[in-house]
Amino acid sequence: MKVSLEWLRELVDIDQSAVELAETLTRGGIEVEDVEDLNKGFEKVVIGEILSLTKHPDADRLLVCAVSVGHEEVTIVTGAQNLLTGDRIPVALIGANLPNGLSIKKSKLRGVVSLGMLCSREELLLDDTVGLDRSSDGILILPSTAPIGESFGHYLGLDNSVLDLELYPNRPDCLAMVNVAREVASLTQKKPHLPKWADQSQVLSLPVATDLRIIIEDKDLCWRYAGLMVEDVHIEPSPEWMQRRLKAAGVRPINNIVDITNYVMMEMGQPLHAFDREKIKGNVHVRVAQPEEKIVTLDNVERTLNPHTLLIADDSQPLAVAGVMGGLDSEVTETTKSLMIESAHFSSVSVRRTSRRLGLRSEASNRFEKGIDVSGVVAALGRVCDLLQDLGAGRPVAFVDEVKHIPPRRQVALSTERTSTVLGIELAVSEIHQVLEDLNFEYQENDGLFQVQIPTYRSDIEIEEDLMEEVARLIGYDRIPTTLPQGDQTQGRRTPEQEFRRRMRKVLAQSGLDEVLTYTFTRAEADAQWGSAKHSIPLLNPLREELGVMRTSLIPGLLDVAARNVARRNTDVSIFEIGNTYWGDEQPLKKLPREELRVAAVAVGKSDRHWFNQSSSYDFYYLKGIMEAVAQEFGLKLEYRLAENQSLLHPGRSADIYLQNECIGFLGEIHPSLEKEWGLERAVLFELEMEPLFKKIRQTVRAHSIPRFPAIQRDLAVVVAAETSAEAVMSKIRKLGGNLLQHVEIFDVYTGKPIAEGHKSLAFTLRYQSLERTLTDEEVSLLNSRILEGIQQDFGAERRK
Amino acid sequence: MIYLKSEILRIKEEALRNLRELESPEALQELKVKILGKKGSLTAMLRQMGSLSPEERPIMGQVVNEVRSRLEQAWEERSAELEAMALQMRLATERIDITLPGTRISRGHIHPLTQVIEEIEDIFLGMGFQIAEGPEIESDYYNFEALNLPKEHPAREMQDSFYITEEILLRTQTSPVQVRTMEKLHPQLPVKIIAPGKVYRNDDDATHSPMFHQVEGLVVDQGIRMSDLKGILLNFSREMFGESREIRLRPSFFPFTEPSAEVDVSCMLCGGAGCRLCKGTGWIEILGSGMVHPKVLEMGGYNPQAVTGFAFGMGVERIAILKYGIEDMRLLFDNDLRFLQQF
Ligand SMILES: [Zn+2]
Repeated sequence: MKVSLEWLRELVDIDQSAVELAETLTRGGIEVEDVEDLNKGFEKVVIGEILSLTKHPDADRLLVCAVSVGHEEVTIVTGAQNLLTGDRIPVALIGANLPNGLSIKKSKLRGVVSLGMLCSREELLLDDTVGLDRSSDGILILPSTAPIGESFGHYLGLDNSVLDLELYPNRPDCLAMVNVAREVASLTQKKPHLPKWADQSQVLSLPVATDLRIIIEDKDLCWRYAGLMVEDVHIEPSPEWMQRRLKAAGVRPINNIVDITNYVMMEMGQPLHAFDREKIKGNVHVRVAQPEEKIVTLDNVERTLNPHTLLIADDSQPLAVAGVMGGLDSEVTETTKSLMIESAHFSSVSVRRTSRRLGLRSEASNRFEKGIDVSGVVAALGRVCDLLQDLGAGRPVAFVDEVKHIPPRRQVALSTERTSTVLGIELAVSEIHQVLEDLNFEYQENDGLFQVQIPTYRSDIEIEEDLMEEVARLIGYDRIPTTLPQGDQTQGRRTPEQEFRRRMRKVLAQSGLDEVLTYTFTRAEADAQWGSAKHSIPLLNPLREELGVMRTSLIPGLLDVAARNVARRNTDVSIFEIGNTYWGDEQPLKKLPREELRVAAVAVGKSDRHWFNQSSSYDFYYLKGIMEAVAQEFGLKLEYRLAENQSLLHPGRSADIYLQNECIGFLGEIHPSLEKEWGLERAVLFELEMEPLFKKIRQTVRAHSIPRFPAIQRDLAVVVAAETSAEAVMSKIRKLGGNLLQHVEIFDVYTGKPIAEGHKSLAFTLRYQSLERTLTDEEVSLLNSRILEGIQQDFGAERRK
Repeated sequence: MIYLKSEILRIKEEALRNLRELESPEALQELKVKILGKKGSLTAMLRQMGSLSPEERPIMGQVVNEVRSRLEQAWEERSAELEAMALQMRLATERIDITLPGTRISRGHIHPLTQVIEEIEDIFLGMGFQIAEGPEIESDYYNFEALNLPKEHPAREMQDSFYITEEILLRTQTSPVQVRTMEKLHPQLPVKIIAPGKVYRNDDDATHSPMFHQVEGLVVDQGIRMSDLKGILLNFSREMFGESREIRLRPSFFPFTEPSAEVDVSCMLCGGAGCRLCKGTGWIEILGSGMVHPKVLEMGGYNPQAVTGFAFGMGVERIAILKYGIEDMRLLFDNDLRFLQQF
């Protein structure tokens, strides 16, 4: 809502500057988004008169002008050729900063001192509605009535500021100047001078129209419809003061009748519409449209309506889309002789739907959508009568007012004690009296309990808490002290699951992975590839098609991030995300879907590059190492089995991950056939479900004592077929080693000469130890050779010399 | 005897001479064994003492012992000398370029938004709040209706929400966790939770992301006052943005609180004097809040005549932007490693 200060001043005394008033309103709960100073750039521009024009002694193309600016005479040099002696022109004096950015300084032009500048329209950013026709050839030339010496901004009515209000949906009343004035009055303890016309008496004194009836067919969609009949209509431009105010409010002036309806709408918040009376055949019907019914609206577009559209129609055809836009047929034109001016209430839901569907939003539809004051419908027509007479635009002759419903006036109780308790401020009864006086609300008080009559324009006040807010904002939120809750003290703590997630994130970050956060909606095809198309949930209205479904896997998001980074030459990427995946079990959803928390990682490129160590490429074992760190952190035993889905991951370099025989995720190198699609080479990744991990985490550590007897260590290197898994050999070693074998570790894997082709060498370190005694060399050697025999038998292994 | 004595002295002189020429601890040890060892030359001399008369033996014994201790002393001196030389040598040769970078310990980074959420959580945990959670895909009932936003309320326009069906949508705020938590806990008091999480709005420009994060707060108990809200939020602001921060409340509107307040914190950049960050006002808006609307308390199963409450909600992205001086919000979801690795 754009509020012209010049207009507002007519309705309430204001002794603050525009900026101060903006702050008062904002602190009072009416947020002022912007203060626009219309005079900006005109501060040192005054109206002058050319007293004489002489050729510059040293320059043919320049003129030296003697200019009267009222109290003094100044010399100004100009190059303009459209001036005559006696012309009235805008003069920018020294120090002016013109709207086009030009700063005016004292200057010397070929020896003649110039004390200002004569301005053109372009320099003042004005259009050709200002000034005489001659102005287009150079300097703007004003009519001879322009007062010499007067500020140019004042002359144009621009010494004004406009406050742009950002209204919350609970305060549609402030879409009316009168209510903004009431608000200013309440916050600054002034009385608004709401004029006499703001009542219905003027209309009620007119006869009721007999030649036209209002028929409201759906009383839920229209509570009230009033019409003012006007004769002797005389169409012309509206007076300058009205045009100026409308422009300041952001409304384009059209003609006196349309301008009056818009002016009253801005002033009183009631949208109005003027119909050419002669175009109305029979009665006025407020009804919903027939299927496929058509109307050509004011903007000359034929619109097809549906049975949700509320219409104003006569006996034969639609006249207007109610609250949204008038019809072209019944439009007021230059030949219009008589009018029916509509002032009505329409359902906010209906207007919202229709204006959305037709893509037509206007000041009027906006007000209907937010809700208007049904009780003010006829008062607005009173103001119209007033202006019609003032402007000589027509003669009100009759009126109709069909009322289906007027909400009862609300009475809300307000307790001083409860208000004090809820706000935490010790309030005196007298303070609440003062607030209600400032608000201009009617009330009775008994022992600190107030019964407050809520004015019809304050539809937002329904319960005691609403009035508490009025009290708080009028005495100022700064009065609220700072205290802490007095009740039982509570202990704040994360749940074990919340703590688990946090630790998981820490372990992964400490392992060298960077956390990323990606959108939870993604491309349907990408999600289908890595997740489950059967379960993925599509959005009805996605932002873009590539954000169309809720993810069932974190992998596509991570691959996208990796590819984007690689494309930007961030070539080494190792990232993870912990986040939800979303699983629908039916289509369309009837109940809320499952949200499954997952952790996933992607790595591509090389590990940290450093002068000292060789960097190595991220590979399967890199991420497996991180998974092992996770398993160790939480005391979990993860198993790695050959991957079942061989289309996404490299069949030779991937594993499914099992926890107690349940598959909870996968790990591997991306399938070479997908590398091109994702723009990544040899990316490795994993994805795990978080919940099964959490369910099986070690609750407490059981400590083992440190063995008192020395350990004996033996290395064992064997050559086995290349396809033999190291884990199989290890578990055989463990089995044969029994209790005395404390620890086995693989420390080398080798292929190549002198190992025969199709074979590899595996080297293990075995640590033997007893908790009861010192082992002898002999028994360890015996055990070691038994282990060797065992793996020779099972794997056809040979001892490597 | 004369022969023996002179032989012993000869061994001594020779050993002392050799000692001075030896350069390594190993050679020194070798020489020591050669003279003083079991088969050493001086030991051999002792064996020959059997041929001496009983009167001569003690005298010779003394000579041998004197020579032995003299030699041992010389050895010690020489080996100390050699050790010192070796140390000198080691120090002279072992030089590194201390300006080369250290061995890199690979360390990942936690996303700034996660860090901010955890910091907010820690502050409120310290004030006795629990952390509550709710689904991101939410029913119309919890996201709107239970929050006093009935169907057709202007504040819930279709284009602002991502819908899945007419009744199911991506939550547009963390506020539905308020009612879910109250339903779960009632009639227990006090309710004191925060609820961090992802929320969604159908918006995408320089200052809006279709997915973003909020932290909701809710306190319900007997006698909860708006001044308590102010106290809790002042504590929070000071812990988050610095001890000298002040806050101010401005009237505002949310359907699920009444009275409602926008909360500004004094500018962390200029301290309130006015700067570019606070657009010259000295204040920065950080969150919305208010007293829980009686209808919402009722929806949650509490009697609004018996208990009151306050609620607040803050945008995590906004706080991260303020805290880290992030220029463009979109960086937070761009996931460029050069950005993420600063945190
Ligand atoms: Zn500042």
